[in-house]
Amino acid sequence: MKRAKLLGLQLLVAVLFLLVWHVFTAYPILAPVKQSQFFFSNPFDVLIRAGKEFATGEIWRHLGITLLETVLAFAFGALGGILFGFLFARRELLAAVFDPYIKAANALPRVVLAPIFALWFGLGIWSKVALGFTLVFFIVFFNVYQGVREVSPVVLANARMLGMNERQLLRHVYWPAALTWVFSSLHTSVGFALVGAVVGEYLGSSAGLGYKIHEAESVFDVTGVFAGMLILSIFVIIIDACVTLIERRLLVWRPGPSTSGRG
Amino acid sequence: MSLTDQASAVSLRNLAITFGAKEGGYTAVAAIDLAVRPGEFIAIVGPTGCGKSTLLNASAGLLEPSEGDVAIFGAPLQGLNRRAGYLFQQDALMPWKTALQNVAVALEPKGVPHGQALDKARDWLRRVGLAAFVDRYPHMLSGGQRKRVALAQMLIRDPEILLMDEPFGPLDAQTRQIMGNLLLELWAADRKAVLFVTHDLEEAIALADRVVVMSAGPAARIIGEFPISLPRPRDISEIRLEPAFHHIHKEIWASLRTEVQKAYAQGEGTTP
Repeated sequence: MKRAKLLGLQLLVAVLFLLVWHVFTAYPILAPVKQSQFFFSNPFDVLIRAGKEFATGEIWRHLGITLLETVLAFAFGALGGILFGFLFARRELLAAVFDPYIKAANALPRVVLAPIFALWFGLGIWSKVALGFTLVFFIVFFNVYQGVREVSPVVLANARMLGMNERQLLRHVYWPAALTWVFSSLHTSVGFALVGAVVGEYLGSSAGLGYKIHEAESVFDVTGVFAGMLILSIFVIIIDACVTLIERRLLVWRPGPSTSGRG
Repeated sequence: MSLTDQASAVSLRNLAITFGAKEGGYTAVAAIDLAVRPGEFIAIVGPTGCGKSTLLNASAGLLEPSEGDVAIFGAPLQGLNRRAGYLFQQDALMPWKTALQNVAVALEPKGVPHGQALDKARDWLRRVGLAAFVDRYPHMLSGGQRKRVALAQMLIRDPEILLMDEPFGPLDAQTRQIMGNLLLELWAADRKAVLFVTHDLEEAIALADRVVVMSAGPAARIIGEFPISLPRPRDISEIRLEPAFHHIHKEIWASLRTEVQKAYAQGEGTTP
């Protein structure tokens, strides 16, 4: 009952938004139709264009490439983040020495790196993977670092009293504790992997969703831009739903329904 | 070695533990002499913050004594006490493992094959009354059930010494009695040496062979040892009603009372 009502209200927002958009672009209210459509297109045109993209099958190739870049960026970023997070959390000196450099690197807006990466790795997928990597790495790194350092001292003391050696502690205590933090930041890091891929494509490439949007933008094809954004949104929602599914499976031991931090 | 056989399970000699710098540090306990014979159940009582847990941590090898020494079955303790199991006051189970996995993992350091460890763990969970809860994660269990899992996790390794730090402290009164009886029942099977810390004098008398009373901190000392000659097997909820119990309680409380009042006068906040 409550759920149905919520869904109804959510749909109402979408319908109202589309209605306003349609009315102002299909009728000469604020400006002539031609002019307002040039700037804002029209919801039906956007829908038709998006449908046509799928009908011709042209879009699948671009989606595939963006997905591949996202997955690679996430995989490498997560791997690097876990590795260095562990290392720094277990070696105080290393963490202390590199602290200012990591903070500086993390504070840098990654967009400025995109041209450099294009220069180093070419216009193919690897420059986008590199951009996504720099985003994912720091999220996972900080989470693992935190996770390993904040392992409950009692759980740790107990495990040691059970006779566990360093390797067993790593496997049964530190690793699961760190993974918890990685999983709880899964939404954020996967999202950033996608951002890296799309922004990279947008700034210079010959395939992918970001490329599609950029291509439409460069010829003032507003309908094409909006259609690209629509497809991107649907893509993101599907990926996010998959992540939620994975997260539910992996964090079954956690109390409460998904207390994951989305920050 | 006959000498080792004769030796105490745990022996603390002239033990002192100071936290922080030598000068101006906080001395939790001082001049502690205590010996736990094999098979003996000792309960340590004392006012809040008197350093009872500190003694236990020193016996476990989790804390290094500032003075004096700790010997386990006659051998000086170096590093962690491998012959002891420890039951913590707080939740110490791995939250990412089920009850079964938590108990089974305790056998991994001993090199027991995984399948065999699981069978043994199932058996232990049955013995602590959790046969129906093997696949639950700690957060799905009640406080009492989590303590049962922790008890099974400690006992499955078959340690020769059991160290318990107010293990039933966070539980409600009924659950405490049930857990106390469970502990006595399991302990009676093979009588390990036990060092049981509690602030509940009644619990101490009901469980132990000997009750050790500590003074208020800082520099807490042992101010009395009372053998408890109540017959075993005991039922914790019934033994409290016996006249002999009251007699012992009165006697120990007389010495404990002034220390508790001292601790209150200092403000209860002085935890180690």
